[in-house]
Amino acid sequence: MKHIINCLVENQPGVLARIVGLISGRGYNIETLNVGPTADPTVSKMTIVVPGDSHIIEQVTHQLSKQVDVIEVVNMTNRRHLDRELILVRVATVNHHTRAEIVDLAALFMARVVAVQEDSVTIQMVGNQETVADFLRLMKPYSIVDISRTGVIAVGRDAPESAAKKG
Amino acid sequence: MNDKADTDRSSPATQPLKTGAQCVVDGLVKAGCEVLFGYPGGAVLDIFNCLYEAPFNFVLTRHEQGAVHMADGYARATGKAGCCLVTSGPGATNTVTGLATAYMDGIPLVCITGQVALNMIGNDAFQEADVIGITRPVTKHNFLVRNADELPDIIAKAFYIATTGKPGPVVIDIPKNVQKAKTAAVPPEKVTMRAYHPDVPINAAEIAQFAERINRASRPLLYVGGGAISGGAAEVLAQLAHKANIPVTTTLMALGIFPETDPLSLHMLGMHGSVAANYAVDHCDLLISAGARFDDRVTGKISSFASKAAIVHIDIDRSSISKSVRADLGVHGYVTPVLEAVLPFVKPAEHAEWLEQVNRWKERFPFAYPQSTDALMPQYVIEQIDAVSAGKAVVVTDVGQNQMWAAQFFRYTRPRNFITSGGLGTMGFGLPAAIGAQFGRRGEPVVCVTGDGGVQMNFQELVVAVEHRVPIVVVILNNGFLGMVRQWQELFYGRRYSGVMLSQHGRAPNEEIPEAPGYLPDFVKMAEAHGACARRIFKEEEVGPALREALASGKTWVIECIVAPEANVFPMIPPGSHVAEMINRTV
Ligand SMILES: Cc1ncc(C[n+]2csc(CCOP(=O)(O)OP(=O)(O)O)c2C)c(N)n1
Repeated sequence: MKHIINCLVENQPGVLARIVGLISGRGYNIETLNVGPTADPTVSKMTIVVPGDSHIIEQVTHQLSKQVDVIEVVNMTNRRHLDRELILVRVATVNHHTRAEIVDLAALFMARVVAVQEDSVTIQMVGNQETVADFLRLMKPYSIVDISRTGVIAVGRDAPESAAKKG
Repeated sequence: MNDKADTDRSSPATQPLKTGAQCVVDGLVKAGCEVLFGYPGGAVLDIFNCLYEAPFNFVLTRHEQGAVHMADGYARATGKAGCCLVTSGPGATNTVTGLATAYMDGIPLVCITGQVALNMIGNDAFQEADVIGITRPVTKHNFLVRNADELPDIIAKAFYIATTGKPGPVVIDIPKNVQKAKTAAVPPEKVTMRAYHPDVPINAAEIAQFAERINRASRPLLYVGGGAISGGAAEVLAQLAHKANIPVTTTLMALGIFPETDPLSLHMLGMHGSVAANYAVDHCDLLISAGARFDDRVTGKISSFASKAAIVHIDIDRSSISKSVRADLGVHGYVTPVLEAVLPFVKPAEHAEWLEQVNRWKERFPFAYPQSTDALMPQYVIEQIDAVSAGKAVVVTDVGQNQMWAAQFFRYTRPRNFITSGGLGTMGFGLPAAIGAQFGRRGEPVVCVTGDGGVQMNFQELVVAVEHRVPIVVVILNNGFLGMVRQWQELFYGRRYSGVMLSQHGRAPNEEIPEAPGYLPDFVKMAEAHGACARRIFKEEEVGPALREALASGKTWVIECIVAPEANVFPMIPPGSHVAEMINRTV
C-alpha cells in the first residue's frame, strides 16, 4: 500500500538531500516527492509518497522524526485528509475520432485540454491518487506520448493540533 | 559570502570582534574540551593558528582515521564528547570510517573539518570534497557553516546534538573564509532547537504495563545494550535485577554495565555469547531489552529469537523499537529514568526455579577452551590480563577473534572498561581508541587487545602514545592469520584458506619467501622503531610476568604473543541460525 507522509522541515540547505538520502539509503522507495515553502518561510513542507507495508512506513516515519531538522512527521494516510496531484499528459491522436474520444473522457474527469497538436492532445488533470490512476488507465489504450506529474500533495481535514508532534 | 561585509559588520563596543577560527577554539573550550585530536592542512590553518594558545591539549595524530578513533576511545572511556579537527578534502574523507564507527555505536563526537572557501564550493577546487554529502549517512547531523556569525551557535548545537538523545557524531564543515571572517556573535546561553527535542517524558501507562509484565513473568531476563552505558544505568539496573531476581545478559557493547561476577550475570549473549545467555533468551517468558537494538549478531535467526517470550523494548531511539524484532511493549525513553520509574512498582520475587535452571547452564557450559601443550592459547592471555590487573584494566579491543576472546575471558565489573567497535566492526580501531581512552583515564591501566591483522591498520599511531607518554599496553595476539575470517573459512568454506595468511607458516612452498622471517612484519622491531618498549612471547609462563612488567613500567608497551594459529572462537551460533545450531568445541 502507498502512504502519504507529510513532513515539516527547517527550510535550510541540505535538508532535502538528508531526507531523500535517509529513505533511499535504507532501501525504501520514494514514489513521488513534493517540496514547497509553508506560511512560515523558515519551514518547508515535504509530501512523500512511499509504497510499503505498515512496518516499513512506521520505520520511515520514525527515522524521519529522528532527524535534527525535521519538525513534524504525519502519516496522512492514517487520518482524514485531502490529496491532489496535477498531471500533464500528452496522448497520441491517430485521427479525429480518437481525439474526440480523448476529449470526451477528459471532460468526464473535469480535465482540461491545454494544447492540441496534429497528432496529439495535451491534457491537464487534477485529482486524488485514485482518480489520477483511473484516468491514466483509461488513457492507456490511446498511447501516452509523454507524462509529467507534480507528485501528491496533501492537507489534513481536521484541526492541525490533532497532528502528531514530534518527540 | 563576502569577507569584507563580514569584517565591516558593526558591533557593540563591549563585544570585541573575533575571527571564526577563534570562535571554534572558544566554542571547544566552552564545551569542556580537554583534548583535541587532529591533523592540519591548508583549509584549517586559521584554526591551528588559534590552537597555538588554546588552553586544551592538542594531539597530532599520524592519520585522520586515528584522530577520530582516538576521540571515539576518549568518548567511550569518559562519557564526554570526543573532539577532532581535520583539513578539507583528503583530511575529511579519511574520517569517514571513524565517523561510521562512532555512528553505529552511538558515540558522541564533534568532528570539525576545514572546507574550501564558500565561493569555491562546487568548483572542484583544490582539496575540495562534498563532506556534507559524504558524511551524511554516517553522522547524527552535520553542519556547513555559511557565516561566521552562526559559528558560536552551531558549535554549541553540535555538542548538544552529539551528547543528547541517542548520542552520535556531528560534523561541522567550516569554509576557510568563514574561519577568517570576523564576528561579534557570542555563544548562546542555552541551546534551543525547534525541531530537536531529545528529552522524552516518561509515559506512566507504559511504565504500569511494564511493571505488570515483570510481576507476572516467571522466567524474566534482562537483555542490556550500549544505551545503558551511555545512559549511566548501572546502579538502577543492579537494583532492578536484585529486587526481582532477574538474570542479566549484556550485548558486546554493554559488557561491564552489570558485574559479570554477580551470580545473576549470564555474561554476553549472541553469536559468540555464553551458552547460558543464549539458552536463557530461548527459554525466557519475558525479555526486557534495555538500550539494546536486536542486532543480527545478537538475534541470529530473527523468527526464532526469544520465541517463548513477551518482549519489552526500552530505547531512546523510537526508530529502534520494533525495527527488527516486534516488541510487545515499547517503552520510549532513556534507560535510566525508565528503570527508575518502574522499580517502585516491581514486586520482589525469587524466581527460584528459573535461576536454578540458568545456573545449571552456567555451570555446565562456562566459556572454555582446549588446552594445548605446544602453543600459547590466546584465551589464556586474556585471562592473565584480568588476573594481573586484578580486573581493573580498561580493555580496548580491535576486531576479530581477539575481540571475542577479550569479551569472553575477562570478567568485566564496571561500565566503560570494555571498549570495542561493535556495530561497524572496524579493524584498526583498537590501538588509536586505546590511546584516546588513556587520555581520558590517566592513571588507570589501559590494555589494547588486538590481532596481527588489525594492528597494522593504524600502527602509526603508536608514536602518539610514546610522544604523549600514554602508557598503554598493546597485546597483539599473533596467530599469523586474519583469524576470524580464517575461522569462517574453516567452518563454512571447507578449510579453503583464501587471502587470510599473514605469516609464512603453512604456505605452499612456492609462496614462501625464504629470505624473510616466518612472521612478517617484526612487531617488536616495529614497536621499537616507534619508540615503544616491546617483547615477543611464546609460552604461558611468560605472559603474567610480561604483563606485570609492562603495566608497572608507566611506558608504552607492545607485547606480541605468538599464539595457536588455528584457535577458534566458541561457542558460535552460525549467522542467521537458531541457538540449537550452536557449535561449541571447547575441548
Ligand atoms: C576494516 C576492516 N576490514 C575487514 C574486516 C573484516 N574482518 C573481520 S575480522 C577480520 C580478521 C581480523 O584478523 P586479525 O586482525 O589478525 O585478528 P584475529 O581475528 O586473528 O584475532 C577481518 C579481515 C573488518 N572487520 N574491518
